[in-house]
Amino acid sequence: MSRMTSASPATPRSRLRPGDLLPVGTVGLRARRLRAGLSALGVAIGIAAIVAVLGITRSSQAELLAQIDRLGTDLLTVTSGRSLEGQEAELPSRASGMLGRIDGVRQVAPTAQLAGVNVYRSDKVPAFQTGALAVRACDPALLATLDGRVRHGTFLNPATARYPTTVLGYQAATTLGIATLGQPTRVWLGGHWFTVVGILDPLPLAPELDRSALVGFPVAGRLLGYQGHPSRIYVRTTTDSTTTVSSLLARTADPQHPEQVQASRPSDALTARVAAKRATTGLFLGLGAVALLVGGIGIANVMVIGVLERRSEIGLRRALGATRGHVAGQFVVESLLLATLGGVAGVAAGAAIAASVADRQRWPVQVPAVAVWGGLAAALAVGVVAGLYPAMRAARLAPTDALRSV
Amino acid sequence: MTSIVPPSPSPPTPPADAATPVLELDQVRKVYAGTPPVEPVRGVTLTITGGELVAMVGPSGSGKTTLLHLMAALDRPTSGVVRVAGQSLGALSDRRLAGLRAHRLGVVFQQFFLLEHVSALDNVATGLLYRGIRGTERRRLARQALERVGLGHRLGHRPAALSGGEQQRVAIARALAGHPQVVLADEPTGNLDSAATAELVALLLQQLNRQGVTLVVVTHDPLVAGAMTRQVQLRDGQVVADSGGRYP
Repeated sequence: MSRMTSASPATPRSRLRPGDLLPVGTVGLRARRLRAGLSALGVAIGIAAIVAVLGITRSSQAELLAQIDRLGTDLLTVTSGRSLEGQEAELPSRASGMLGRIDGVRQVAPTAQLAGVNVYRSDKVPAFQTGALAVRACDPALLATLDGRVRHGTFLNPATARYPTTVLGYQAATTLGIATLGQPTRVWLGGHWFTVVGILDPLPLAPELDRSALVGFPVAGRLLGYQGHPSRIYVRTTTDSTTTVSSLLARTADPQHPEQVQASRPSDALTARVAAKRATTGLFLGLGAVALLVGGIGIANVMVIGVLERRSEIGLRRALGATRGHVAGQFVVESLLLATLGGVAGVAAGAAIAASVADRQRWPVQVPAVAVWGGLAAALAVGVVAGLYPAMRAARLAPTDALRSV
Repeated sequence: MTSIVPPSPSPPTPPADAATPVLELDQVRKVYAGTPPVEPVRGVTLTITGGELVAMVGPSGSGKTTLLHLMAALDRPTSGVVRVAGQSLGALSDRRLAGLRAHRLGVVFQQFFLLEHVSALDNVATGLLYRGIRGTERRRLARQALERVGLGHRLGHRPAALSGGEQQRVAIARALAGHPQVVLADEPTGNLDSAATAELVALLLQQLNRQGVTLVVVTHDPLVAGAMTRQVQLRDGQVVADSGGRYP
């Protein structure tokens, strides 16, 4: 036996160029397009759900935040708790003037809910059908303090405030069935006819005014028994002194009983809604994650079947010089491609869904970047995990068995 | 004076030297575990030198295919030594074994094993994939190989559009494209009619003679076996007749 043979040149190792890995990984996909499409669809649905939920949530939050910004966080309200009948209790008559003297307060607008006074469309309406509407006396400065807008007609002015005229909140006008002010319109208010001179736009920071009919203080004192005690005072502060002013309101409004006075910031309620939206997102994200998981299992399933069906191809590739690693790499790349395909389609579909929903609601369209990159990363992760087991099976297959199986 | 030689895709195959053994089997046994264990190869000693054309014949179950798989470096012997191009399989890692298959060996199967959704040209080019050769170079070599087997006009055809004989010619082009040292063929004409068989054998011999390649072919067909320079007969996993002898 010749020992010379051991001196023969060493055989180079088997090598697959990294650039060839991608085309090799697509061989199976190209051969079974429908199956590849369907298995990618599973991942696409999961990713689309996640991206759409994140995009819609972000867009509606953006809308709320924009709304808060527009309305301002510098509005405060002062109330004195509630009486047993659910009416707003009275504040001292000097409260409004005292509040106006706090440093940092720009505008003060007192209002008084008039106890036992209701508004009806006409004097024929039974007295109990109040429509849950309130009647409030207010100052002509109220609209400016709240930064509100008049939808139809005009707001009260020092002149009309002295006569039986009223401005209806948005909901109050709807409830009374008054849509426009094309012709002179009167309502039966506290046993007198009042002419409607204006209808307000909704006031998100003062929703109680939406369900109110507003009259001037002078006419309220003359016809409706107003005693000069405000029940709710709106305070507009300079932006950077809101917190300081807020802490002084109770003591200033009612020095005798500061514990009965409540000072609140209406924008806090809107801010809380932003947080609440964030909380409900979790549920939908969970559903999206379940869809993604199912999609991943779908890919793994298709890959396992692919490995079984392609035993002879695996055997052939081993015979042509593929290592176990090359075979495993081919199947992982294939799975990765499937998931990426699904991920890209899912991100596109999810963003489109979010955009169309936001567009219909007239929200600013915002799809968070983290949703896009996160969605793609999740798809890649699913692809790798789903591909690992089938790839290991393919790699472990003995070439002789693989070639014999046909 | 130094001449600059462009880097070649793989070291050139050592010239076929009649004295150099390319395949050496020494007391080779292969046992597959099971109840009862199967032992398709029971002590085969065989030396095949460069340029030999060897037919392995024998009844079904005589261990021909297992022996061929051992020679193709697709499996390691349970005991004994298999040397391919001078390297003992038992001592090689998976990566080295794969390297041996990629660079030194070409294989042809009865079922052709062409990739269905890939053109003839790319099928042949796949034979060079695991050598780490660039795609354009692979396709150039594949085209040459297909032209040599007379399929230069069918480069873009998928296997389904080719006749059985043409498909096997594609498989032969794939085995020969990289100029291997040894080609191993398992019943290459098993799925062909007699006319196609005769044509294929003629083509195979012409190509191998031109390249000086060693061929080992497992066959049932006396026409194929008769065309070879040496016949090895197997029965029950052992060599029972060898027309060439160990040292021809």
